[in-house]
Amino acid sequence: MNRPSRIPTADIVRRSLPRRYKKERRFLIYGALSIVVCFLFLGIFFSGIFRMGWRAFFETRIKLPIYLDPELILPYNIKESDYGLVISQSLQRFFPDVTSRQEKRELSKLLGAGVEEVLKEFVIKHPEAVGSAVEIWLPAGDGINLINKGVISKERAIQAGLVTEGILQKFEQLSSDGRVSTGFNSRFFTSGDSHTPSMAGIGGAIVGSFYLMVVTFFLSFPIGVGAAIYLEECAPKSRLTDIIDININNLTAVPSIIFGLIGLAIFLNFFKLPRSSPLVGGLVLSLMTIPVIVIASKSALKSVPPSIREAALGVGASKIQTIFHHVVPLALPGMFTGAILGMARAVGETAPLLMVGMVAFVVDIPKKLMDPASALPVQIYLWSDQPDRAFNEKAAAAIIVLIFFMIAMNSAAIFLRKKYERKY
Amino acid sequence: MNQKKLSISTAILVCASFILIVTAWFSPALAARDTIQIVGSSTVYPFSITVAEHLGKKGFKTPKVESTGTGGGFKLFCAGVGETHPDISNASRAIKDSEKETCALNGVKDIIEVKIGYDGIVLAVSKKGQPMDLTTKDIFLAIAKQVPDPKEEGKIIPNPYKTWKDINPNFPNIKIEIYGPPPTSGTRDAFLELAMESGAKSFTFLKEMAKKDEKQFKSIAHTIREDGAYIDAGENDNLIVQKLDGNPKALGIFGFSFLDQNQDKIQGCSINGAKPTFENIASGSYPLARPLFFYVKKAHVGVIPGIKEYVEEFLSERAIGDNGYLTQKGLIPLPKEEREKVRNTVKGQL
Repeated sequence: MNRPSRIPTADIVRRSLPRRYKKERRFLIYGALSIVVCFLFLGIFFSGIFRMGWRAFFETRIKLPIYLDPELILPYNIKESDYGLVISQSLQRFFPDVTSRQEKRELSKLLGAGVEEVLKEFVIKHPEAVGSAVEIWLPAGDGINLINKGVISKERAIQAGLVTEGILQKFEQLSSDGRVSTGFNSRFFTSGDSHTPSMAGIGGAIVGSFYLMVVTFFLSFPIGVGAAIYLEECAPKSRLTDIIDININNLTAVPSIIFGLIGLAIFLNFFKLPRSSPLVGGLVLSLMTIPVIVIASKSALKSVPPSIREAALGVGASKIQTIFHHVVPLALPGMFTGAILGMARAVGETAPLLMVGMVAFVVDIPKKLMDPASALPVQIYLWSDQPDRAFNEKAAAAIIVLIFFMIAMNSAAIFLRKKYERKY
Repeated sequence: MNQKKLSISTAILVCASFILIVTAWFSPALAARDTIQIVGSSTVYPFSITVAEHLGKKGFKTPKVESTGTGGGFKLFCAGVGETHPDISNASRAIKDSEKETCALNGVKDIIEVKIGYDGIVLAVSKKGQPMDLTTKDIFLAIAKQVPDPKEEGKIIPNPYKTWKDINPNFPNIKIEIYGPPPTSGTRDAFLELAMESGAKSFTFLKEMAKKDEKQFKSIAHTIREDGAYIDAGENDNLIVQKLDGNPKALGIFGFSFLDQNQDKIQGCSINGAKPTFENIASGSYPLARPLFFYVKKAHVGVIPGIKEYVEEFLSERAIGDNGYLTQKGLIPLPKEEREKVRNTVKGQL
């Protein structure tokens, strides 16, 4: 107290306290803000995609009386009859006021470009109906479909040349007669790619992606886990294993297109495996996924406490018995989590598939691993590049399906971890 | 523990059997391929898939079409003869001599060229913007990296033009901003050839240079400026349309079918006085029109089922005729006599 010039430490601290509190509050606000920004971008992304894509799950249908002319549909040739002609004749009977060639051609735009297929399927299912007139719901044309679902306004559609005034009038007439409905588009999930948006679906792409996943999982999981067990449990710690470790870590950071190039050089050019097959695609994706699984499995093995190993060895178990009876079962949930996350990354890849020819137009749904196939992300890429307007919403809908898959896979990983993870 | 042991050994068993099955699958891979493989230009892709699907409905396997770009397509096409190599390559330009040589080196000797129609390259702006009446000379001056010095005849200087008004006082005073295709694209090759070369040749000394020193001329006419006025927009033309919609001052370069499908959003600039319309491109009065082709490997005809039928379907009147389904998709058809001629020559070669 004799030296008043000296300020006590407690005072200094007290004086700086408000500043420190402020700093702390500021940091908390920054943190909260960055989360808000993240969610804002996520929200913009999701709302944009959903706004565009949800309508593709529905299609506009028109109910029309179709006369199944027995002169056109021959009983012994049901599959190759000219159903386009059947439909255009029925359309003309329904709209007798249409006479000029130009108008007749426009009239065909009322219905989707794949209606012949729909009618063909109907006749194959009901061959007894040939010779009579039936009322069938047929998918509407792309322009009509977009207008009815509110994707595009009537004026803009006419401006863009998607529909004409005349067709719109006919459609409104049908609509007031109760001949128009909107229904769930199940074809979107079952059919393969097509050049007409109304017929195009992601069925082929889903099957292709499924095959890719099967090949990738069954190759990368055993190899990855095996490598991890050997490196973590059996291999002597030496310079060599260190180098291998570092290289595996580096592999996870290699851009995926490089794996595609490896696939092109080895599997296609050297082994002569068929281009565009899910087998080759799966092999390439396995190359990409193995390092991810190795790393995840190694850290899962590392997290098993040494006391478990010591106890097993202590009661007389051999090294291999210790590993396979005690350590691996405990590490398995972690390994699966790593595998699922690696696969989730692989299922969204297009770049490596581009090099092995899976970015392709494939209509027939692949039946075996050697058939040409595409995959979900590839389908999105292909549709987004099409000039036809109606493909945009198809691409958005495919994105929704892909995102759904991703969320399902990541939730499965979280579920597995929560359910089987053991704390020591 | 016992149960877990069991699950691990089953897992190993399942994996092993799976690998076995996969190896067993290797053998049928060597058996004959029955799906036609098509590669090549992204411009021809929409037409190619349409014909492929029509062929698929006729009882053949639907051909598989890959959109690799014209150059990438020829690379695969020319790699050899045999099932592992594609049968048909789509192209938005004629095959180059260098590509023919690569083909011949790899044993691909007989190639059938099929001309299918035309495509126009358009320069478009948003509906909210002002369309310009351009000449190929204006385009050259706006896009080239090096241009002739306006003050001194015969001298080449780095492109000084920042706004359209700098090029031509009649143009609006807005920054030059052009979205265009990347170097891998056939559209870009054709654009350089049709627009840039003809623009460069409007200068007499460059025209003479083209005769004497083609290499130097091409290095001037084919080099695009890198100062940000020309923006590589990637292979996705829909993206360019979207960018134009959001930026009324920018120009975009892409294929005619994208203008055709988006007429409510964008409008085309006329070039040398001709508007980019269906009729003008078909008649040849629009200068930026290019022929589209596909190439067939003759050695594969008759080995892979359906190639002949694919070509016939593609050339049929119901596909590339004046009202054909490809014409409705935006392909600009050949004149009727030329169609006949192509049909006959190809028939003779198949």
